[in-house]
Amino acid sequence: MPVLWLFLIVLALAAIGFIAGRMRVTSAGGERPHSLPNYYGWNVAMKVMAPAFLALVVWLLVQPMLVDRQVTAGLAEGAVPEGSTLGLVMSDVRRVAGGLDTAVSLGLITAGDADAMSAADSDVRSLLGEAGVALGSDVSPEVLEAAQRYRAMNATGDFWRSAVVLLLAVGGLVWGVAQSHGTFRARNSVETGIRIILLSAASIAILTTIGIVLSLVGNTWHFFQIYPASKFFGSFTWSPSFGGGSELGIWPLLWGTLYISVIALIVAVPIGLFAAVYLSEYAGPRMRAWAKPLLEVLAGIPTIVYGLFALLTVGPLLLSVFGRDGLGWMQAGTAVMTAGLVMGIMLIPFVSSLSDDIINSVPQSLRDGSYGLGATQSETIKQVILPAALPGIVGAVLLAASRAIGETMIVVFGAGAAARLSLNPFDAMTTVTAKIVSQLTGDADFASPEALVAFALGMTLFIITLGLNVFALYIVRKYREQYE
Amino acid sequence: MTDATSQGGSRLTAADSRTKKRNASEKRFRAYGLAAIGTGLFFLVVLLTSIISNGSTAFMQTFIEVPVYLDPEALDPNGNRDPADISKVSTFGYNPLIQNAVFEQVQDKGIATDYEDAGDMRALISASAAAQLRDRVIANPDLIGETVDFQILASSRVDGYLKGRVSRDSITQDRNIDAGHLDLVDALREDGTVHKSFNFAFITGADASESRPEQAGLGVSMLGSLFMMLVVLFLALPIGVAASIYLEEFAPQNKFTDFIEVNISNLAAVPSIVFGILGLAAFIQFAHLPQSAPLVGGLTLTLMTLPTIVISTRASLKAVPPSIRDAALGVGASKMQSVFHHVLPLAMPGILTGTIIGLAQALGETAPLLLIGMVGYIATNYPEGVISGFMSPNSAMPAQIYEWAKRADPAYYERAWGGIIILLVFLLVMNVIAIILRRKFERRW
Amino acid sequence: MYDAPLRKTDVEANEIKISAKDVQVFYGDNHAIKDVSVELQDKTVTAFIGPSGCGKSTFLRCLNRMNDTIDVCRVEGLIALDGEDIYDKRVDPVQLRAKVGMVFQKPNPFPKSIYDNVAYGPRIHGLAKNKAELDDIVEKALRRGAIWNEVKDRLHAPGTGLSGGQQQRLCIARAVATEPEVLLMDEPCSALDPIATAQVEELIDELRTNYSVVIVTHSMQQAARVSQKTAFFHLGNLVEYGETSQIFTNPVDSRTESYITGRIG
Repeated sequence: MPVLWLFLIVLALAAIGFIAGRMRVTSAGGERPHSLPNYYGWNVAMKVMAPAFLALVVWLLVQPMLVDRQVTAGLAEGAVPEGSTLGLVMSDVRRVAGGLDTAVSLGLITAGDADAMSAADSDVRSLLGEAGVALGSDVSPEVLEAAQRYRAMNATGDFWRSAVVLLLAVGGLVWGVAQSHGTFRARNSVETGIRIILLSAASIAILTTIGIVLSLVGNTWHFFQIYPASKFFGSFTWSPSFGGGSELGIWPLLWGTLYISVIALIVAVPIGLFAAVYLSEYAGPRMRAWAKPLLEVLAGIPTIVYGLFALLTVGPLLLSVFGRDGLGWMQAGTAVMTAGLVMGIMLIPFVSSLSDDIINSVPQSLRDGSYGLGATQSETIKQVILPAALPGIVGAVLLAASRAIGETMIVVFGAGAAARLSLNPFDAMTTVTAKIVSQLTGDADFASPEALVAFALGMTLFIITLGLNVFALYIVRKYREQYE
Repeated sequence: MTDATSQGGSRLTAADSRTKKRNASEKRFRAYGLAAIGTGLFFLVVLLTSIISNGSTAFMQTFIEVPVYLDPEALDPNGNRDPADISKVSTFGYNPLIQNAVFEQVQDKGIATDYEDAGDMRALISASAAAQLRDRVIANPDLIGETVDFQILASSRVDGYLKGRVSRDSITQDRNIDAGHLDLVDALREDGTVHKSFNFAFITGADASESRPEQAGLGVSMLGSLFMMLVVLFLALPIGVAASIYLEEFAPQNKFTDFIEVNISNLAAVPSIVFGILGLAAFIQFAHLPQSAPLVGGLTLTLMTLPTIVISTRASLKAVPPSIRDAALGVGASKMQSVFHHVLPLAMPGILTGTIIGLAQALGETAPLLLIGMVGYIATNYPEGVISGFMSPNSAMPAQIYEWAKRADPAYYERAWGGIIILLVFLLVMNVIAIILRRKFERRW
Repeated sequence: MYDAPLRKTDVEANEIKISAKDVQVFYGDNHAIKDVSVELQDKTVTAFIGPSGCGKSTFLRCLNRMNDTIDVCRVEGLIALDGEDIYDKRVDPVQLRAKVGMVFQKPNPFPKSIYDNVAYGPRIHGLAKNKAELDDIVEKALRRGAIWNEVKDRLHAPGTGLSGGQQQRLCIARAVATEPEVLLMDEPCSALDPIATAQVEELIDELRTNYSVVIVTHSMQQAARVSQKTAFFHLGNLVEYGETSQIFTNPVDSRTESYITGRIG
């Protein structure tokens, strides 16, 4: 039975259960029941849906894996032809199985024929072609057999899936309705159920993190199986070549990332900090009312806009000053300076609003103490407030750095694709993030080192940004006790 | 003590030189602050000017308006006006008709030219014009045999010439067009045959191939973005609110809760490209969902937006004073009832505001979409239905803009800027709605 | 109730240090201080007493123009320090505050070392030509603040690491480091425990030898213990001003009597 039908049937059972539970409790007479009638209804509905859907989801996740593993194990040695991989063969198997399914549903062949077919006496390829599945070559007997086994296992699995889910649903219905009498504390039961749902929602955060870690670690592991980690971390050259013989060292990319981030911070931190100081200490409420939101607009602009701005406006502008017609330092519009400048502009409101919060949280009593001693406002800011706010500001700078390091679109457009270790900020240098994009969006075989390296790069990026964030938090927390 | 302080009889009113220096320093410091704000605002102005001046031209497109004789011999040789027969005539049949129409117009106006063949007019006409004409004829077969005025899409070079991208110098190496063509264009422009008009197709149309920038539009990608945002809204909002309620109202103070909170604040700071990697690995490699589908994009963006929504929802929940909760408990409501019946409705405006802002951020994200396959994809067809809208490969606005920018054709750069304008309009509307919501419904406790 | 050992009051005719005449203070439209005229003597501790909200802190903050930091506050009338109008346009509040120091209700040492806390004022006013001079100034101030012996071995420890009473004495030391002529104290002991309070009150009596001290206090007992002159404020008016002993034993105005007998405030 298709999943959609199962889903709808369970829902229908839940609805029936709701009504049944309610009715049972309202028509019971006698003492007032513990909870409002609807709670009894929801109690039954919950007991119908929760076990059934849970089982359904788990089954949906597990069945493909199990079937895949069984079918793969059953494939004979010679099933994988030269130049192909197990993964490709398995996807062929899946495609053939799917095509057979479609052929049966379209009525082109009967189910019995589909199971009994053999590659020798039927033209499977043209049959599947009629069913709308295009195959690149004739279907080998091993693949056909594997596809037939795949279909059979899935059919069994589907049957048991429906049976188990429906059984659980009906069982839940019976249990729930049996509970629907006045002394049963339905509201508590329902609320416990809701709590579990809320807890699960909160746990999705953990699941996401686990997902990120698994997807990075797993693929990075695969990468290091086929390309030595020593070369990845040790080599200073980055030159992938999809035919093999690539040199995949991370240092040129890290260098580009750091160089661009440093330039971005040099732009963003002074401007952002001074703007924050002015807005929180000197500006009147009217100026704050329009200046702060306007600066925040810079933060709301998507990074792809900044990327195009770098490529098409800032790059040519810098080129006209520093390029061949000018000082001659710059070869092309895409350069570290271009990307760094634009990234700095993007980070200004980030630094500014974080610093603003931090400066505002310095207690007024410190300012009073300083003014009372006859200090001017700038002296108070420079010698009392900023030092007191320093840990927070350092934290803000680290967070800005982390943002700069993880930024993708600006560097993809503005910094160029050449992996280079150079000191000239007007050269084009690429970054970790730009390379992740380029390695994963080419026509790459996902098993090749050139594609898997993107995961290793992603892992490095994740660790660096996570480290910076944790460190920023640590500094802020450690020094906050100062004036508590 | 008296010695040190009797700095002369005139004490307070005499301006001390040191104080003067300190005051000057104060003025300078203030000026730096003001200059910083000014610099930031200057950058904003430059950015916006750049966007508007480069992108606004994308909304006007060049057309050639000529009467076209729909020759029945070419279009309907059997003469029955049978739609099936008419459909058999491909664009090859229509091209000569259009070229002839333009050529005749040139001759009728008495414009001097070296071209003798109607085929030379090809350089002026977009390659897509024939298809558009064909669609129109198939829809109205009774037009065959008549002479109808058509707005024919001009070629990209002609459009560029009218917009200043293409000049006589720049086409010296160009194989597609000559100076003679440009002369023709000049002449035709004078009497309005060649003119620019508002390009609705840019907003509603589909993407085009690399050689036809004049036809490219953002419409299909907009739908892709819409479907993605629907996924984000229907997943991230409930999950985010549920998670926040748990953390804010029900979570016990233990290590597990701390762990969840640490995870959330870390996830909020993870670069978006890492979420793209997660989406690629979890949804495409593991779950075998179709590549480049808005569903996959939506799922990835949901995971990315979740921490933002949780953080802003928690702030809204925290802002509701404890006295409200106490009052509800005081009349015998359970904790859950007090939260869902009292706290949550009061926190709703803040939650919605935070969600809209989260959606706006998600709308502009590009990097994760590139990794799940929305690159190199040409969004040419509108999705057929709702399910297809979610599951069949499509593009999204930011990915489309990226794609256009990658084609490195000045005509496509113009498209990219125009796309940015549309994207920013969406973001502006969403943010304005959020601000209005906040102003109207927010309570000050 | 008045077991205050009234200190020897050498109430020889001390000079007038600060004189106020018809001072009005407005917070926006609110007329907070009405027609206050008073003459505060040098080398004397003057107490401002009165119920909550009567304006004593507001008036105190006028004496060193701290109210300037509040936008909506407007001051009218004459306040003169040694005969010079402190609200004159030519007067820079920054210079004024070097001569009129302030200690606040809650101790507010900067998050710097003890040394740097005290040295801050002299540094910005340029009172020391070199490090040795600065060291002297800091030591002298810390001695004046009666805290030197407790901190002399850890001058570079953070000021925020001291106990409440020590912090307040540090703030007093910080305030006297700029060699002011007047010391304003806004309820300096209200955040301190009784022992610390006693220490600070003893210190105030010593400070009297060098400075003119004005102290705002909620506690009548403290005023009686510590001051020679007392001013009673009520609803923004200065109701009575005179010798402390006289105010507390034989007040002239009935409102004063109501306050000190506990009927109001």
